[in-house]
Amino acid sequence: MNLKELYQEIILEHGKNPRNLGKTENFNKEAKGNNPLCGDNVHVYLKLNDQRKVEDISFEGSGCAISMASASIMTDLIKGKSDNEAKEIIEDFLGMIKENPELKNNILKEDDKTKLMCLSGVKQYPMRVKCATLSWHTLVSAMENDGKEITTES
Amino acid sequence: MNINNIKKEFPIFEEKIQNNDLVYLDSANSSQKPKVVLDRINDFYSKQFSNVGRSIHYLAVAATNLYENTRTSVQKYINAKDKNEIVFTKGATEALNLVANTLGQAILEPNDEILITELEHHSNYVPWHFLRKSKNIKIKFAEINEDGDIPIENIEKEITDKTKVIAITHLSNVTGAVLPIKEITQLAHSKGIVVVVDGCQGGPHLKLDMQDLGCDFYAISCHKMYGPTGLGVLYGKKKWLEQLPPYQGGGGMINDVKKDRISYGELPNKYEAGTMATAQVIAFDQSIKFLESIGIDNIIKHEKELIEYGQEILKKNNSVKLIGNPKERGGVLSFTVEGVHPHDIATILDETGVAIRAGHHCCQILHDKLGIPASARASLGVYNTKDDLDKLNEGINNCKKIFDL
Repeated sequence: MNLKELYQEIILEHGKNPRNLGKTENFNKEAKGNNPLCGDNVHVYLKLNDQRKVEDISFEGSGCAISMASASIMTDLIKGKSDNEAKEIIEDFLGMIKENPELKNNILKEDDKTKLMCLSGVKQYPMRVKCATLSWHTLVSAMENDGKEITTES
Repeated sequence: MNINNIKKEFPIFEEKIQNNDLVYLDSANSSQKPKVVLDRINDFYSKQFSNVGRSIHYLAVAATNLYENTRTSVQKYINAKDKNEIVFTKGATEALNLVANTLGQAILEPNDEILITELEHHSNYVPWHFLRKSKNIKIKFAEINEDGDIPIENIEKEITDKTKVIAITHLSNVTGAVLPIKEITQLAHSKGIVVVVDGCQGGPHLKLDMQDLGCDFYAISCHKMYGPTGLGVLYGKKKWLEQLPPYQGGGGMINDVKKDRISYGELPNKYEAGTMATAQVIAFDQSIKFLESIGIDNIIKHEKELIEYGQEILKKNNSVKLIGNPKERGGVLSFTVEGVHPHDIATILDETGVAIRAGHHCCQILHDKLGIPASARASLGVYNTKDDLDKLNEGINNCKKIFDL
């Protein structure tokens, strides 16, 4: 195990200064996520326009460095993508955290993939995987807009 | 038994945990087990096992006697008046559910009030919440003061003529506040209110004297008292346990079963339906003997020294904020570190073998009140030393370094 791999500079930086924090104006989709084990919670807002493109995305919430950084990086990378692209990125990210050694999508640029891969350190910390994935699962729920509250315990 | 040398009684401290010596500061969650308890479980299963209270063969009778011996030991340890006031449950949670459920059936009417406190663990709130739905019972919360204490006045002012039950912790698992149960009980009883005490943290850290406290019910968690998991004790005054209905039905709790009627067994069988956690009960006798061999007064003195030392070093550490400053603090030091989330603290401490808990510790009401989503908690057991607390402090400093604070 290696704390340096878990707490890479980019994670600490995003954790401290999360991007897209707050409630975006004119959002038309949203969902809440909750990790009852630790009390982390996240609320994802997004504006999907008529061309099914994520025009804006933001989040509110509180949590550990990993969860804040993950939500921050996620919103950064998803902004401007079509809903299909977003879904592919989400699936790819969750697959990577779960089992795949690397990201497979051809949508993200290499340096964006590197950013995402910084979160792969949680793989060595099974109890922390949920911290990294909560906001992503919540985004899925928001996009599907079924209003279902996500909990990491379900 | 000398408390300063007690770690060697616990085999787990001989293990390397991820190549580190274990610094176990999570005893409020569950304590480690001394060898005598582990050996007893193995011995019972290996050499003496049988179910209890049913068959008449030699092993069954011997096991029943061992099982009942623990009941007597618990009775003596907590100074209950009668052996039949001791009911074994699967945990303190079940004990509290039993009380809430049966009081709900027997004495509570719609619009009656249950008074709990903002300090309560979910296990002393959720079982009462069920009665909101099923019986339209109201729940009121006595507020904490700025020190994380519940002064008796804060209880008194919430009492109305509708208050039927006060359900309250003996020792907060977050602020460490020790509540004046005896005084609260006297107040409650003067108004005909039943007192239910969550003794999960009281059990390992305080002197237990049911006749002195005077409360009607007291729930104990055996795995926090150096005993096995899957076991709790409910102390209930005989007049209540006799009067209240059974909680679960099944074998062992009946007297006579016909197609058209059933009569229930006497205490304590009435509340012990089905095959109980037999080996755990029998091994818990060793936990009681272990506690007695150190002496609760020595345990209290030892833990008080540690708490004072822990408070001292954490107060000196910039950016650490201790949660609560109760008049009497037992067993736990909860804290936050400015700029580091409790989960990150726990992960970083874990890397050096320091085991703490991070989260809301099943006390969301309290964390909401404190305005924090989570806290870090170091909690003590008989085996802890000042050195353990120094390692905690070093770990916190390491967090600050990693987070560049």
